[in-house]
Amino acid sequence: MSIPALSAHELMALMNAGKASKEEIAAAYFERARGLNSKTHAFLRLEAAPEFPAATSVTLPLPIAMKDNICVKNRLTTCASKILDGFRPPYDACVVEKIKASGGVIIGSANMDEFAFGSSTETSSYGITRNPWDLERVPGGSSGGSATAVAAGQAVWALGSDTGGSIRQPAAFCGIVGMKPTYGRVSRYGLIAFGSSLDQIGPLTQDVTDCAMLLNIIAGYDRRDSTSVDKPVPDYTQALVRDVKGLRIGIPKEYFIDGMQPAVEKSVREAIEVLKKQGAVVKELSLPHTEYAVATYYIVATAEASSNLARFDGVQYGLRVVPDKTRKSPLVDMYEATREQGFGDEAKRRIMLGTYVLSSGYYDAYYLRAQKVRTLIKRDFEQAFGEVDVILSPTAPTTAFKVGEKLADPLAMYLSDIFTIPANLAGIPALSLPCGFDDNHLPVGLQLMARPFDEETLLRVAFSYEQATAWYLRRAVL
Amino acid sequence: MIDKKTVYYVAALARLRIEDAEAERFARNLDDILQYIDKLNKLDVDGVRPTSHVLAVENVYRDDKVLPSLSPEEAFSFAVEQHERHYKVPKVIE
Repeated sequence: MSIPALSAHELMALMNAGKASKEEIAAAYFERARGLNSKTHAFLRLEAAPEFPAATSVTLPLPIAMKDNICVKNRLTTCASKILDGFRPPYDACVVEKIKASGGVIIGSANMDEFAFGSSTETSSYGITRNPWDLERVPGGSSGGSATAVAAGQAVWALGSDTGGSIRQPAAFCGIVGMKPTYGRVSRYGLIAFGSSLDQIGPLTQDVTDCAMLLNIIAGYDRRDSTSVDKPVPDYTQALVRDVKGLRIGIPKEYFIDGMQPAVEKSVREAIEVLKKQGAVVKELSLPHTEYAVATYYIVATAEASSNLARFDGVQYGLRVVPDKTRKSPLVDMYEATREQGFGDEAKRRIMLGTYVLSSGYYDAYYLRAQKVRTLIKRDFEQAFGEVDVILSPTAPTTAFKVGEKLADPLAMYLSDIFTIPANLAGIPALSLPCGFDDNHLPVGLQLMARPFDEETLLRVAFSYEQATAWYLRRAVL
Repeated sequence: MIDKKTVYYVAALARLRIEDAEAERFARNLDDILQYIDKLNKLDVDGVRPTSHVLAVENVYRDDKVLPSLSPEEAFSFAVEQHERHYKVPKVIE
């Protein structure tokens, strides 16, 4: 029997009804992942054959794509960078342990922007990924491989990481659901760090129900990540109810800007009407420091990145380049040659920017000031959540752009994260789900944001909207 | 204003080696970004406390107890070059 691309809950229903085995499901997905990868290049590496873990409690034995910055024991994990070429972690990330414990089968490593530095998956050192809705367009980024794998049916679901929108923006571009949980909700043990005060691992799935199911597996405290929070994990599937009656939804006026694609605004405004019809109370509000979020982010994130990436110097792991001709000291020469050859352009640009804003004489003017503005941005949200339960906006100002369109202009690329960055700066949970299509049949993403640790309200609103519409049922045809 | 000299200075701090041809492009890119970032100077941040961690978390301590962890053999399994549980690097002193 050939198994089509279905959601995780549909596949579980087939399995529970005895209509398909986990082996048949895995075989179908492995075949599709391999067959479509020459078109999409969602995966950097595919496992040879399904490996069913010796699970402690098999609840969801389904094929999953893992972003290439999440450590999988004895498997190449490179962050799509040449500098980690050959790196095989001797341990599993916490989320990988949890996936394996639930019976999950890893299909392969999903492509990404190098070290998650990008919004299009074009800065990968191992080739670009293509959007399954239009192969001439980018899938978004940095978790573009994860989003593409799910949208193309090359994986049931996927994990990604989100530092400034890297789960939500590709989810929007690929017409799927992506969630950045609250900072501290999911352990980052084994996630190769980019911006430590911003990074969070989260699910990319075909619908909201799957999102809740995957969050159930990965959420929770872990002593090995001191930023993870020791707070009980609810059963997120209990939040999947169609009820937004009386729920207060805020529409921040700063998120409807000049220059945003009209089709995006139209779809999002229609989504607001759908929720209103179901009894939600919609209210316009202001998040006055929104326009400073991107600038703040590119100071904080690059400063943290330049520090985190200092560990890649050829000494311990990955690439080591020892030049023949030595200039000053053979050791310093090794550092510099390794980093020159190992890092791509965007990584070098961000390391330099981060080094600059932290350097003597500039620290107060840039880094310290950015941390203060971050406080103002966080306060905007605290005030807003005194009046509303959820904030609704577009996920990105446009739908998927063309391959190469923004690559030569780093600043234009950075601005595609304008609506997703604030949630990372404030540490709050946010989710993107499909809310329509533009004239080119490209999906539009709707973003919902909620109070810290209130993923349940996000899921409830998202589920209510999703079930009242049918956008999520449309699939890319490859 | 970011010039080539600043690019070389920052690259040296970050242990990056930049080719001449790249330096100009990086200078232009960084200058564009810093000009954009400059908008933060419009804001009055006097008396605002900086945020380094978004949640109200105090120092995280753990008990001084030995827990299972990687063995030295496993921890060195990814070493590029090693010698008796030490990472080996090119000669530092002649």
